[in-house]
Amino acid sequence: MLSPNFGSYAVAPSATAQARTKRRWQRLKMGVPAGELVFDGFTAATALITLSLVVAIVVVLAISAWPALVRFRAGFLVGTEWDPVNEQFGALPFIYGTAVSSLLALLVAAPFGIGVALCLSELAPDWLSNILGFLVELLAAIPSVVYGLWGIFVLGPFLRDAVEPALARYLGFLPLFQGPRVGVSMLSAGAILAVMVVPFISAVCRDVFAAVPDNLREAAFALGATRWEMVRLAVLPYSLSGIVGAIILGLGRALGETIAVAMVIGNRSVISASLFMPSTTLASAIANEFTEATSDIYVAALIELGLVLILVSLLINVTARLMIYKLTAQRFTR
Amino acid sequence: MKTVEPHVDARRMWRKFKSGAMMTAAVLATLLTLVPLFLVLGYLVKQGVNGINWAFFTRLPRPVGEPGGGMGNAVLGTLEVVGLASVLAVIVGVGTGIYLSEPGRNRSVANGVRFAADVLMGVPSIVVGIFVYAVVVRPMGGFSALAGAIALAVMMTPLVARTTEQALSMVPAELRESALALGIPRWRTSLSVVARTAARGITTGVLLALARIAGETAPLLFTAFGNQYWSTSLRRPIAALTVQVYTYAISPFEDWHRQAWAGALVLTAMVLVVEGVVRSISGRGLRTPR
Repeated sequence: MLSPNFGSYAVAPSATAQARTKRRWQRLKMGVPAGELVFDGFTAATALITLSLVVAIVVVLAISAWPALVRFRAGFLVGTEWDPVNEQFGALPFIYGTAVSSLLALLVAAPFGIGVALCLSELAPDWLSNILGFLVELLAAIPSVVYGLWGIFVLGPFLRDAVEPALARYLGFLPLFQGPRVGVSMLSAGAILAVMVVPFISAVCRDVFAAVPDNLREAAFALGATRWEMVRLAVLPYSLSGIVGAIILGLGRALGETIAVAMVIGNRSVISASLFMPSTTLASAIANEFTEATSDIYVAALIELGLVLILVSLLINVTARLMIYKLTAQRFTR
Repeated sequence: MKTVEPHVDARRMWRKFKSGAMMTAAVLATLLTLVPLFLVLGYLVKQGVNGINWAFFTRLPRPVGEPGGGMGNAVLGTLEVVGLASVLAVIVGVGTGIYLSEPGRNRSVANGVRFAADVLMGVPSIVVGIFVYAVVVRPMGGFSALAGAIALAVMMTPLVARTTEQALSMVPAELRESALALGIPRWRTSLSVVARTAARGITTGVLLALARIAGETAPLLFTAFGNQYWSTSLRRPIAALTVQVYTYAISPFEDWHRQAWAGALVLTAMVLVVEGVVRSISGRGLRTPR
């Protein structure tokens, strides 16, 4: 009685495998419905295009920047001289300007963005939260060239005539706030970026706060917590990595913002400690000089600036997305 | 009679005060954030409204020093480039969205596609411009409206893909199951039942993405390039409102600054009207993905 059973156990897997193969073969002979094939094939092809775009962008930029890559090597990243006439290309002033203007923007935008998100998700009643959320979204919808225009004619002069004298008077002992006041400056770029990044950070933070389970909030209130204590004990600890992700994502947006910055920063490739001085960024330099670049090596050097920019922003985006996914995964990615 | 010890009472007052202060700070942050919105829009209307007249929409730009003229070619160019970009982005983006929520639903490659789409949203727009310059402008031998449209489509595709997927995922599973139970093939179920139910959400997503990319300047600078004359040819450079505003704003001429404000007002009005109308129709919950 036992031995035939053992025997059948021994052959069973291969028998089912054979049956499966046979079934598949029969199905293949009958043919998959044409509609199924076309539908799956077409949508998969479009998905593949989306998937490959990011890789394609990096590869194409690397190939186009190749002449500059092999000619300047690592010196490109640390060189401070940007002299197209003598074919001297160093990217440090651009990297410095990008970093400082973005960090300046985040210094303002991060607390404001979190504050807005807290106000909308924890404080305001639904109807008010909808209206305010709509207005904040509008802030994100205004084209960056319009921000730039406003920056040139309104914000720049305002900073020059009202804010910078005050800063120089009270904080002038810091090298940050010394020097001439011309209206186009690192400070204007930081300010305009801050305005542009706040709605971004607040939108991501709102999503993250919405992912906090309500029973955590109720538990905190039940223990007698005030509203702020509830936020501090229930909402913030749960969403910490999402908040950090939102800020990093905001940093990515600030680094890559082009037109508004190009219009207000003054485009001068010199590293200066003063925030009142004109500066430049990776993105704004490309926007300004690309169509005027005459020699092949000049174009390649500009594209290499773009390569630096995209590699940094890819690193930032991947990090931030992973931090945010952890929290909002159930809600936003199925 | 219950008595509260004084230090407990004081502590409770302090906690309440702290809570009130933090919440006030959050409200203040919101109000301060909205100040630039009203400042920008207010200034835009004040400076731009005088420059808007019939000629603005029908005339070509005049050379410096000659008064009058308009940005008719740029308005037309923006409509053409954005329109073509939308067609491309809808084909690829909606296809990707359907793949993510239908055939690719349980495949691990779908997570890769989602991730790539999210990362693509964060690629700086100027870099997209360089990419299209290298793969379209150089091989074609010059700037063109087609290149501009492709650049905008690259930016628009991930937005459309993610909103489409989101809209499809809101369709109740019962609907899909009942269609399959009736013996309708999988692909017909996906297209005629699921996608059709979500059609309104998909349209909303496309329109929001369209409003977002219509305001892009950087990817057009060295793809569509700009043009001082009327042109609708896909193979030639074409004017766009955003590029025109940028060029005029950084010029030293008073006349051109006035035109720039008018152009910016028209551009912003176009974008905000689409955004506002779409949101008021679709109600809450839908946001441009980031």
